[in-house]
Amino acid sequence: MERHFDEALQELHKDILKIGVMTEEAIYKSIESLKNRDKAQAQAVIDNDDKIDELELLIDERCIDLIARYQPMAGDLRFITTGMKINAELERIADISVDICQRVLEIADKPLLKPLIDIPKLSGIAQNMVRDSIEAFIKKDADLARKVMLTDPEADKLRNMIVDELVELLKKDSKSAERAVALLLIARYLERICDHTTNIAEDVIYMVEAKVVKHHPESLA
Amino acid sequence: MAKISTNSLNLWYADFHALKDVNISIEERRITAIIGPSGCGKSTLLRTFNRMNDLIDGVRIGGQILIDGRNAVEPGVDLVALRKKVGMVFQRPNPFPLSIYENIVFGEKVHAGKISRDKLDGIVEYSLKSVLLWDELKDKLRKSALSLSLEQKQRLCIARLIAVQPDIVLMDEPCSTLDPQATARIEELMRELKNNYTIIIVTHSMQQAARVSDDTGFMLLGELIEFGKTQDIFTAPKNKQTEDYITGRFG
Repeated sequence: MERHFDEALQELHKDILKIGVMTEEAIYKSIESLKNRDKAQAQAVIDNDDKIDELELLIDERCIDLIARYQPMAGDLRFITTGMKINAELERIADISVDICQRVLEIADKPLLKPLIDIPKLSGIAQNMVRDSIEAFIKKDADLARKVMLTDPEADKLRNMIVDELVELLKKDSKSAERAVALLLIARYLERICDHTTNIAEDVIYMVEAKVVKHHPESLA
Repeated sequence: MAKISTNSLNLWYADFHALKDVNISIEERRITAIIGPSGCGKSTLLRTFNRMNDLIDGVRIGGQILIDGRNAVEPGVDLVALRKKVGMVFQRPNPFPLSIYENIVFGEKVHAGKISRDKLDGIVEYSLKSVLLWDELKDKLRKSALSLSLEQKQRLCIARLIAVQPDIVLMDEPCSTLDPQATARIEELMRELKNNYTIIIVTHSMQQAARVSDDTGFMLLGELIEFGKTQDIFTAPKNKQTEDYITGRFG
């Protein structure tokens, strides 16, 4: 039986997809701006963040309204509460993209410290994880969510490699500190994005299977 | 040991098979809710626990209902003692057309015969205190019970049960005639009462079941489809029929 409630849930679904797409775009553009040292693009990401914030508030409001008016149960309840949590994670990811852009603005006029290889690689992983985690939510695909979670150690490893390399550079040449610290922070930001996507993936698994895997990585199997 | 458990409980109203192989285990001093669409057998199940269905012509029961380990459906069961132990609150409050005081002592007089006035006074006070009516009614005990509000009448009916010291309280839609505030107060009372009694409530309101119960059973077409902790049933039911019912997708 089609319920009026289903239409409202569909609207929520669309909005979460929308904030997901906007967030994904923010990360992509932030990394592009780093690669191309494109201050205008970095500034555009920063400016666009208000729209993501607005949508976050709208989604929250919609979720609270649905809970108050429909008193959802079971799968509906899990969908809405997961939607609320994912909404917050995505908004946080978008904020991190803004952080990346702020670092880009700081170093864009200076020569590149080293050719960017691993940072774009890490950003590629982060973007894929964001895309997959949103897709897992939209398609209610717990297997895809598990795949996202299992990718996280790869991101951690890459971040560590980047940090080690930059620390070595810093030791040799303290004049490069400003640029090295900016890149260190960017590596850290990207790794944080990956952490947020694993939170999304954990929430998706709860939504689909009513199984709590948060803080219990061993239960992933 | 469960307070009440059934083994392959079946019940027929003449040719109509109203309960089908119900196996349920109800724990002591908890609130157990039975939910399900109209005609699913939830009230029938409730009424088997104190054999109220016996009053209907053509009823046949198969299987076992163990209450504190004793089979309540075997021949020779003392039904008066059973209904004293397993009391019932109905949808519409049904006080007797007597005074508040007489309503409460009525059962005790039937069960225990002649009792001293002091003892009866004590029972009235204890029972009214148990349902949080004492302060409101202690000076009006001689007034007709019919003059009370609906909520007070329902509380009085619960007090009337408590007066005969039951173990188990069955509630069949006890709030369906009450407004939301009165409902909330009866639910608070239920939470108080579960410290001393095992409560089983049949309700059409899923929100009420979710709010007030510890365990929930979902019934459909005479079968107990799913039974578990209320939190699990309302957040993550295992059975698709349960999910469809509680999310309003059903029928």
